Amino acid sequence: MSEQLTGAQSLIKSLEAAGAENIFGIPGGAILPAYDPLMDSSIRHILVRHEQGAGHAAQGYAAATGKVGVCMATSGPGATNLVTPIADAHMDSVPMVAVTGQVGAASIGTDAFQEADIRGITMPITKHNFLVTDPADIPRTVAEAFYIASTGRPGPVLVDVAKSALQAMTTYEWPSELHLPGYRPVTRPHAKQIREAARLILESRRPVLYVGGGTIRSGAHRELKVLAELTGMPVVTTLMARGAFPDSHPQHLGMPGMHGTVAAVAGLQRSDLIISLGARFDDRVTGNLDSFAPGAKVIHADIDPAEIGKNRHADVPIVGDVREVLGDLIVALQTEADAGHSGDYEAWVEFLAGVKTKYALGYDTPATGLAPQYVIERLGAISGEDTIYTAGVGQHQMWAAQFVKYEKPMTWINSGGLGTMGFAVPAAMGAKVGCPDQTVWAIDGDGCFQMTNQELATCAINDIPIKVAIINNESLGMVRQWQTLFYNERYSNTDLHSKRIPDFVKLAEAYGCVGLACEDPADVDATIRKAMEINDVPVVVDFRVHRDAMVWPMVAAGTSNDDIKYARDLAPDFEEDDL
Amino acid sequence: MTSHTLSVLVENKPGVLARIAGLFSRRGYNIDSLAVGPTEHPEVSRMTIVVNVDESPLEQVTKQLNKLVEVIKIVELDPQASVNRELVLVKVAATAETRGQVLDTVQLFRAKVIDVASDAVTIQLVGNSAKIGDFLRVLEPFGVRELVQSGQVAIGRGSRSISERSLRPVVVPAPPAVG
Repeated sequence: MSEQLTGAQSLIKSLEAAGAENIFGIPGGAILPAYDPLMDSSIRHILVRHEQGAGHAAQGYAAATGKVGVCMATSGPGATNLVTPIADAHMDSVPMVAVTGQVGAASIGTDAFQEADIRGITMPITKHNFLVTDPADIPRTVAEAFYIASTGRPGPVLVDVAKSALQAMTTYEWPSELHLPGYRPVTRPHAKQIREAARLILESRRPVLYVGGGTIRSGAHRELKVLAELTGMPVVTTLMARGAFPDSHPQHLGMPGMHGTVAAVAGLQRSDLIISLGARFDDRVTGNLDSFAPGAKVIHADIDPAEIGKNRHADVPIVGDVREVLGDLIVALQTEADAGHSGDYEAWVEFLAGVKTKYALGYDTPATGLAPQYVIERLGAISGEDTIYTAGVGQHQMWAAQFVKYEKPMTWINSGGLGTMGFAVPAAMGAKVGCPDQTVWAIDGDGCFQMTNQELATCAINDIPIKVAIINNESLGMVRQWQTLFYNERYSNTDLHSKRIPDFVKLAEAYGCVGLACEDPADVDATIRKAMEINDVPVVVDFRVHRDAMVWPMVAAGTSNDDIKYARDLAPDFEEDDL
Repeated sequence: MTSHTLSVLVENKPGVLARIAGLFSRRGYNIDSLAVGPTEHPEVSRMTIVVNVDESPLEQVTKQLNKLVEVIKIVELDPQASVNRELVLVKVAATAETRGQVLDTVQLFRAKVIDVASDAVTIQLVGNSAKIGDFLRVLEPFGVRELVQSGQVAIGRGSRSISERSLRPVVVPAPPAVG
């Protein structure tokens, strides 16, 4: 103790003490002092090509491992390039710590070179943030940042450190206690609320477990399966929760929402009791809120009290960690079951089974060319359930959520809340660093891929052999789909010409990756298998698919879930008497 | 919509006001009045925030405020069980003819003249917003030259304190250093 060291050394020591094993980042003037001791650290620093890549990689790492992802950047533009991933992590509750350099304390507020008020900029998009100007505050701040990022509802925390604090001499002492008088996340659910929830579950005739991303973040997939099987209740998993419940399970209705299955949408819409587990009644799930699940009571369990009742009134609010909520519900309902009390959901389960069969997910095979859904379906089937899949945002993301069959949590990583195009490649890089023994496929669109593909260089140089499937429909496909449906097929600025420019195979090769291309359905399996055999360098496959495929089912934005279309101009026909 | 008075105890740290003001604006709530100052505990500041919202958005804004790491406690003060005060400084024209009437008004409202010039007086009044409104209406005809008004501060009646229980130190054992 009391040994003198620089603030920079203290920062790196603190990051080590907090458990950081990998940092994604780029050095620059203000953060430069920290990069010197980083050279001698046990922490692996991965030099990315753009700070946005560092941020999404930290997210992918965190989502795949459950650990805190760490990214690092310099002041000004380095820090502002992290804004998108920070906002993304905030929306999707990803535990992440972003460390940024700041200009020297004496220069703050003078519009100094590469100065940006990143703490002010990120206030609305972080769980919390810090500006450190006194080097003595570094260990405590890092400890608090990791604690806040990883506990309660996880989220991004930014630590902005003035260059003067990094250069000054200080002492290092890891804190034994944290003083956060305003931060007391509630994880234990209230016993009375659990009893009330159990009562509603037994009384209901049409319950549905509405499973959100919080179930994955809390590691509650085992408890979810126990509760589902104990009660027989149907399950829907949101875009953020794909993998929380096995897709092969007969009780699983699939994904609800704008592009959800008819069974999952109907399951919520016609239920008399929604048991929401770490979900937030997002507009992409509820459609028009006023007509969402009109006959349903709501049990809303979430670790964040502000989510409860935000969009939909909760009849039984339960503040707590989903895993603990499920544990307590299992005990309560098992006790009831032992006493001979269980819910009667037979007619409901039968009705939904009928809907699930009648309106199974499907797609049209085009007369010529390659169906994007087929590519993704085969990719999932061949690569298997232990593979981690990441996606960008758009049609390919929805197809990846629909046609890959997820059996395990933390195998599906995407940008749900913010909808960040370009997420897939850097997130895959982060996931692969966190889980080097698992295959990682980035399922990407040709638009998304061109936003962040520079990280292929990072992957190739640092032995991070990810695989990228570009679903190349040479357009901004989801926007094009809306133009087809709502703008009279006037395709304003959605044509990317990406079957012509760039040449993705050459681009892959230029980055030191293997580049493959495929445009014939007959070659899909062989191409995927070939990509699966390459494990020493990243692989990029240009799947040249036909451009007119659309994502179905669909609930048009702002309309009621009752108006779901199974395919264009095709509404499902529920036989009302069945229910 | 109705007016609600929130007493918010916050850690006395730089940036906390920006966090709170930013939260109100980005969630689409207007602050009618805001006052910040120290409390009996040096490390804690107290904000009195008056918002004009319905019951359900009020609950949402309170929950969002509670999520801020530096917010320690939020209490909505019941108007029946609390007292609130604002302070106004107002510079009013006071000629030889009107000076007497102005000073009568000061007396009537138990206000105080704090500065005098040949053709104007500056008056200080403390009261709730209704009283201050009435006072300004009466002064208006004399000619208000300049006016500055504080945000509202409020405190619950009786002997209980909102801070005594919430300010017990909460200490979390830090995760031990790795390695």
